[in-house]
Amino acid sequence: MSQNKNSDQTKFLQEEIQSAIQNKSAINIKGGGSKNFIGLRAEVAELVTTAHSGITGYEPTELVVTARSGTTLESLNKTLAENGQMLPFEPPGYGPGATLGGTVACGLSGPGRPYRGAARDYVLGCRVINGKAQTLRFGGEVMKNVAGYDVTRLMTGSMGTLGVLLDVSLKVLPLPETEATLIQETDINSALDTMQALAGKSLPVTAAAYSDGKMYTRLSGADSAVTAAAKAMTGDIIAEQNFWQQLKEHQLDFFTNNLPLWRLSLPPLTPVLDTSGHTLYDWAGMQRWLYSEDNPHDIRAAVQSAGGHAQLFKASDELKEQAGTFHPLPDAVMQLQQKIKAEFDPNNIFNLQRLYPNL
Amino acid sequence: MSQALFSEPQQPMPESTRDSLVKEFLRFLPDESVLREDQDLLPYESDGLAVYQQKPPVVVLPDTVEQVQKILKICQARKVPVVARGAGTGLSGGALPLCDGIVLGMAKFNQIINIDQAARTAVVQPGVRNLAISEAVSGYNLYYAPDPSSQIACTIGGNVAENSGGVHCLKYGMTVHNVQQVKAVTMDGELITFGSKAPDVPGYDLLGVLHGSEGMLAVTVEITVKLLPKPASTKLLMATFDSVDKAGDAVAAIIGSGVIPAGLEMMDNPAIIAAEAFAQCGYPEDAEALFLCELDGTEEEVADQVQKVEKIIREKDVTTLHIARDEAERMLLWKGRKSAFPAVGRLSPDYYCIDGTIPRRYLSTVLQKMNTWSKEYNLRIANVFHAGDGNLHPLILFDANIDGELERTEELGGKILELCVEVGGTITGEHGVGMEKINQMCVQFGSDEITQFHALKNAFDPDALLNPGKAIPTLNRCAEFGALHVHHGEVPHPEIERF
Repeated sequence: MSQNKNSDQTKFLQEEIQSAIQNKSAINIKGGGSKNFIGLRAEVAELVTTAHSGITGYEPTELVVTARSGTTLESLNKTLAENGQMLPFEPPGYGPGATLGGTVACGLSGPGRPYRGAARDYVLGCRVINGKAQTLRFGGEVMKNVAGYDVTRLMTGSMGTLGVLLDVSLKVLPLPETEATLIQETDINSALDTMQALAGKSLPVTAAAYSDGKMYTRLSGADSAVTAAAKAMTGDIIAEQNFWQQLKEHQLDFFTNNLPLWRLSLPPLTPVLDTSGHTLYDWAGMQRWLYSEDNPHDIRAAVQSAGGHAQLFKASDELKEQAGTFHPLPDAVMQLQQKIKAEFDPNNIFNLQRLYPNL
Repeated sequence: MSQALFSEPQQPMPESTRDSLVKEFLRFLPDESVLREDQDLLPYESDGLAVYQQKPPVVVLPDTVEQVQKILKICQARKVPVVARGAGTGLSGGALPLCDGIVLGMAKFNQIINIDQAARTAVVQPGVRNLAISEAVSGYNLYYAPDPSSQIACTIGGNVAENSGGVHCLKYGMTVHNVQQVKAVTMDGELITFGSKAPDVPGYDLLGVLHGSEGMLAVTVEITVKLLPKPASTKLLMATFDSVDKAGDAVAAIIGSGVIPAGLEMMDNPAIIAAEAFAQCGYPEDAEALFLCELDGTEEEVADQVQKVEKIIREKDVTTLHIARDEAERMLLWKGRKSAFPAVGRLSPDYYCIDGTIPRRYLSTVLQKMNTWSKEYNLRIANVFHAGDGNLHPLILFDANIDGELERTEELGGKILELCVEVGGTITGEHGVGMEKINQMCVQFGSDEITQFHALKNAFDPDALLNPGKAIPTLNRCAEFGALHVHHGEVPHPEIERF
């Protein structure tokens, strides 16, 4: 069993890609499949990475972990927690089978993102198979490394369109000694102001969200620091620490809704947008979850004029095909991305349509 | 000039090409912005790595984005290479001119365009000095976190190109973690926005790729940096030890305990003596190793951490432990560390700075090896070390006027870098590859990776005109270098014909 759970499948994956190239057949890269709903998927064979798993290097005093892409997020989080550490970007799994590979390929980050950083801020290195079936290593297992272009960041969030991730090295951080969540009833406009103002102060705030009349603020750090900050701020301490976990995993009541779900990414201080529907504000207002039946074009126009972008996060394939999943890119940027795709995947076999129909 | 600087010989720009280029530039640039006389070109012959020198045929100093676009379009049409340059403080020869290309000096882009106190961002031009940003926003109780030692002089555009670090990047990250948006012009003259004022952008992370690309993908013309609130409290501890190993153990124990110091800087005895002589900052000269550990955050957080760290250090056989009494003493203790390079520079006519990063657990292996080599090569080495993140800066002391000493220094430096790779580290943590470490890239990467790097550049700059020959070696160059450096009995890049 342990052999089954921790094995190096590089050769197998490489051979699969080799034969995909030979047969001119595209493939969908799949880990646990928990984020299959993101983007569109071509109807082609799947290359499943879950057997390529196991933590291959972990040195807690160096704050670095390396694991194969099929390692589940759950087991990685567990190992880190046993050593008093965590993935600082708190990636959502959206299901028990979520793997490290899928996590990095999707590049999603949890509630701490504005304060601690995003997935792309913690990737240090990776091994990948490119579209020529070559195994390549970029970056490394050290925190500072500027040798060569930063292909690891390029892979992060590329939705598997540039290659198959084999292993990823990540910077980890200590778990905070204490966490407390403050809750305060308020209206959205003053919540947006307060959340931004808090981020500008030397306070141990590590998350701020607003949903249905309540503002939630998370404090993390040493006992004394959290207690002192909580005293200085308004709001009641709630014991319910599960709020952030449920927000991250979309398990709050807010997320029981059958309308299309949009993820809006917006500059700080963006006021309430003129859209209909139901909104939850995370990241101090910079990431918003919107259930809305508004015309996708109108939603995108409103978000774009505020300087952000809108992703159709959860919806029927029909709507995603019609409206596009990810926000349209300016022509010059799209052309550059197409050229990069062609340089990594010249045979055009990886995750077609997942990110954009023409990438 | 140094040995084997360019394996592919460059043909100097013909006079006629130069004259017609100058003529074209003068159509939209004032006379004083198109430098072509020897005395005007002299300051551009090298960057911070002065052992490499090359006089450029022309230097242009635009001051608008449109001018940059025109210059690049002209050079693209004529297939003339372009080397972009900020303040020229880089330590790896990244801004070393080419004899067949122009230097695009960005020094006139020196304006802070906008400071948004509420959003905690500043929009700046690339020629703005790193420290000038923190100075400009200090009144709002904000600062810009990355602080390379050259921060008084180095520009933010150069920081993006090199993905510069500093003594505080263990906690606050490198340049890439602190920049939200970059506007840059590609070689075909197109102005593109990378990143966004929103927390992320759809599609590929091209902002990430641009960082550390050493001016080879696009020319940065505007940068939006993130600003942080100044911490309410900052404390600095200085600990000395009778061996580097003990100091290294203490560093590992601090980080293992769950404390992330804002800065954690180590020096060995030769560096301590040099810094003390230079800055009179109160370092004990008999210590074999010293580290400075800075803790910042809220008053309570810092009080808690000081207590924890103090306890750990005392358990690790510390010789002396001192906490800076006040802000003045804290600044003085930092002054010693931050002036370590010039301080070492006073001990020797020349010094050569290495920038390898290693997994910290190999510190004593690497230091012992360096000691042996130091004796073998008869060259002194002083070590300063970003201990928190494993970034070593051995400084090799030499005299370029002694025949062959520079060559021996380069050879020793190369060996140290290769050792860093061997223990799982990298040849450069924050100074960049530039011209200096180009051979060692062949040690760190195989030909497939190097080919992929060239392919990525090809997507941005198909004629390879932006800073060509830097940072990413050609496979031929690697084959040539590999012939001299055979590792573990294996010949690297076996697919390349030997010559």
